[in-house]
Amino acid sequence: MTKPTRAAHLAQLNVATLLHPIDDPRIAPFVEALDPVNAAADGAPGFVWRLVGEGESDATGLRPAGEDVIVNLSVWESQEALWDFAYRSGHLEVMRRRREWFERHVEAHMVLWWVPAGHLPTVGEALDRLAELREHGPSPRAFTFASSYTATEAARHLPPAQTVRSLRPEPADESAAV
Amino acid sequence: MIAVLQDPVRRRLYEYVAAQGREVGRNEAAEAVGVARTLAAHHLDRLAEAGLLESGSRRLTGRSGPGAGRPAKVYTRALVERSVSLPARDYRTAAELLAEVAEEAGLDAGLCAAARRRGEALRGAAAPCGDLAEAMGLLAARGYEPHIEAGEEGEGGEGGEGGLGGVVRMRNCPFHTVAERFPPLVCGMNLALLEGLIGTDGPVRARMDARPGECCVVVEVSKTNEH
Repeated sequence: MTKPTRAAHLAQLNVATLLHPIDDPRIAPFVEALDPVNAAADGAPGFVWRLVGEGESDATGLRPAGEDVIVNLSVWESQEALWDFAYRSGHLEVMRRRREWFERHVEAHMVLWWVPAGHLPTVGEALDRLAELREHGPSPRAFTFASSYTATEAARHLPPAQTVRSLRPEPADESAAV
Repeated sequence: MIAVLQDPVRRRLYEYVAAQGREVGRNEAAEAVGVARTLAAHHLDRLAEAGLLESGSRRLTGRSGPGAGRPAKVYTRALVERSVSLPARDYRTAAELLAEVAEEAGLDAGLCAAARRRGEALRGAAAPCGDLAEAMGLLAARGYEPHIEAGEEGEGGEGGEGGLGGVVRMRNCPFHTVAERFPPLVCGMNLALLEGLIGTDGPVRARMDARPGECCVVVEVSKTNEH
């Protein structure tokens, strides 16, 4: 019990497979919602950070998990903050219409995990967590809203160092699994 | 639990406190229901003992320190959910299982179509909802606990001849437990149900505008009508 409790933030990764190319008119309503919804995220209580492509205002141009798979990677101060943004803001309207734009995922498409405050997760790290969730089910290292762990619970289960294996699946493998 | 609400005065007090969505003092509750303060206090405390209300104390005058007087007792509705079913029925488990499968199978569109049909069936032969006051009545009857929120848009304001400006928001989500587990699916269902109930081509319309702690839908005067 010598380790001081460090502040933790909640990281979130979401992957979504587009039904049509992003510039297809059928995807236009989603694209139009991107700026206002991202602005709402940036101003939401408890928002810390979100991934954006270089020189871009969002991450839709990055395709680390497959050519037609867009990713959403963000960090929040608490699970409640992320929940309120995801489901109690203008973002819910986009979620409601998800079937118009995205394929239904058979496997988990969203993963949550705790990071030390100040740490910004890489895409590789995030995809590792998603792979862990898909392979082993929810754990303190990779969980979902329905099966969540507090930062304290997670800290208790985690090895002390950040020396967790570096088995990073190639992006190609990841998309094949989707 | 049923017995606690059997007394008509107590029931009216409960309904009054629940409808305010804020802390209510004994004097206010007594006046609203039209009974003496001591009788109101007795019933409010019984409701708190039964867990239907939560009580606290607050200095309503804003003064503090010596001479500020005793803090007044205030009441709010308890957040816990109670349901009574005789004989025992368990629709919640059924709803959660059905929602889980609908979510996994991606049945959003089918669920929304069914919900819209149900809303239309509930409306029956009636014309689309005519104004916000009528919408309030429909929503209250279905347990949504509607209230008017003054126009936030700034410009325009009073929203035409209807009299009521602003939007109708709802304090209660009748599908709360399932909605918390499958928000996009169940909130989408809820919106479709209300679109069917209110009508989509009338003077008022339902729209998704989620906010913490409230139902995800608001009802407002149709933009086309405002011109």
